[in-house]
Amino acid sequence: MSDTTSAVAATAAAEAIPKRAFDFRPLVLVAAIALIAWPVVGSSSTWLTLTIAGLAMGMIVFIAASGLTLVFGLMDVLNFGHSLFIALGAFVATTVFAGMGGAATAPSVASNLGVVAVAVLAAMALAGTIGLGFERLIVRPVYGQHLKQILVTIGGAIIGEELIKVVWGPAQIPLPPPEALRGSILLGEASVEKLRIVAVVIGLVVLAALLWTLNRTKIGLLIRAGVQDREMVESLGYRIRRLFVGVFAAGSALAGLGGCLWGMNQQIVIPQIGGQVNVLLFIVLIIGGLGSTVGCLFGALLVGLVTNYVGFLAPKLAMFSSIGLMVAILLWRPQGLYPVVNR
Amino acid sequence: MSTTPLLSLAGVHTHIGAYHILHGVDFDVAAGEVTMLLGRNGAGKTTTLRTIMGLWAASAGRVVFDGRQIGGPAVSGGDPAAAPSPAKSSAQSQLLTPAIADLGIAYVPESMGIFSDLTVAENMLLAARSARRLEQLDAARLEWLFGLFPALKKFWLYPAGKLSGGQKQMLAIARAIVEPRRLLLIDEPSKGLAPAIVQNLIAALRELKRTQTTVLLVEQNFAVAQALGDRVAVMDDGRIVHRGAMAELVADEALQQRLLGLSLAAHQ
Repeated sequence: MSDTTSAVAATAAAEAIPKRAFDFRPLVLVAAIALIAWPVVGSSSTWLTLTIAGLAMGMIVFIAASGLTLVFGLMDVLNFGHSLFIALGAFVATTVFAGMGGAATAPSVASNLGVVAVAVLAAMALAGTIGLGFERLIVRPVYGQHLKQILVTIGGAIIGEELIKVVWGPAQIPLPPPEALRGSILLGEASVEKLRIVAVVIGLVVLAALLWTLNRTKIGLLIRAGVQDREMVESLGYRIRRLFVGVFAAGSALAGLGGCLWGMNQQIVIPQIGGQVNVLLFIVLIIGGLGSTVGCLFGALLVGLVTNYVGFLAPKLAMFSSIGLMVAILLWRPQGLYPVVNR
Repeated sequence: MSTTPLLSLAGVHTHIGAYHILHGVDFDVAAGEVTMLLGRNGAGKTTTLRTIMGLWAASAGRVVFDGRQIGGPAVSGGDPAAAPSPAKSSAQSQLLTPAIADLGIAYVPESMGIFSDLTVAENMLLAARSARRLEQLDAARLEWLFGLFPALKKFWLYPAGKLSGGQKQMLAIARAIVEPRRLLLIDEPSKGLAPAIVQNLIAALRELKRTQTTVLLVEQNFAVAQALGDRVAVMDDGRIVHRGAMAELVADEALQQRLLGLSLAAHQ
């Protein structure tokens, strides 16, 4: 064998084979909805503001939902306790902001972003750690039993919510963004909130990290394979239970991150904050296709855009817009935008 | 030719839920040989392979691989070869599937177990425990596999789910032996394949046989069994009803009729 390995030679030999094309239609759908909304909204600046706000909201929802789609896709676990980790992330942020109040209000962008970074890391660490215990105590005994999963994870979320009230109190806690992230910047005539730009950047980093991990590492390969056929992954010698635990903790940490950003976006944190957003996450999961990270992203962007447009055009219908969107998507693609698993 | 049993099943019973599928299965697989496991549909062949692999736990009896009990409930005393490993609790003689795979046992299920959303290359990489990247795959072994299954080289970066049935089967077998294995369990590799593809498969498995790889092959195609088998065990209703040399079964049409309800002539 020469310096060129067989794998590389095979790669070269396969270059002539047509590759599986990426399905751009969901992306086109996102763009089409945005373009259709333009004349309907009327004002270009309002449309741009709504669009960017919708994309930012979509990114936050994506961050919170990405862990859920991994957990469902790989572990076949309907984790209604995901809301607990979102709430934890938001409350941890309130504690960090309270503890570092000086840095949050200091006229220094670096200090302000430092507070956000500490809040994000603390939220992810605590949510991930609690996630480990949640998987061990609540989820592990009910693997493969969907009905019991729903019941015990909802129960776990209720208990967790009560414990949050014990620690942080039942009242709402304000979570204003740090000084540098308050207010808006103008893009032409459109006003874009600074916090939303940060949310989009963090969302893109999470997306890149997830896609890199899933597509460029062996752990990612295992996760993708485990989503399709767990038994075969075990037959190849991999301890998929350990992978489950790792993915569950990572999913919980992502929920914590999402909760931290959602809390800053809402600027008010209440113990029910996770439950409020949980239904939205499941809608995103179903729209995107169970187990699909890219589908989760497009599902979240669609939900963010449609919610914002409908909220502006017909506020009374905003509550139903996500469900209407889900119904429309499922009529088009019954298994979601990018189905990975068929269960 | 060595006749040392690499794998032994002794009185293995397997329950799946309320169903009692295996009723005391006994047979050996000799090292370096191809042992065929034959039988009608529902005889318990697939259950036997899955029990060996730990995908279903044996409720009684022992599965012993290279002197170590890998399946069945714990035993006390008796044959030292059947005793649980000292490293394991006496209550846990049944190894988990990954631990069984770690011993060098590879499994090709009837469904082939191909990860359809992954490329051929990714399927192979996943099975290569020692490699983290494609470049780390054993080049010489890969070249040998490409010689056995040329389609894999051609479709290296192709999504495995888009391969034909025969190509998927080739991938499933190649994936199982991307690294040297001590025992290969293959479940009905010729099922649903065109005759020409079956001939290619037989040629590839013959080449594999020349490497003295120990194989336990479940098959319903008697012609495939005749072409590859050294030894044969025939199952019926969850029990082994015949054990012996493959050549003896091939030569005895009456025995074929009695055990399998068919004759080799009917397959040719």
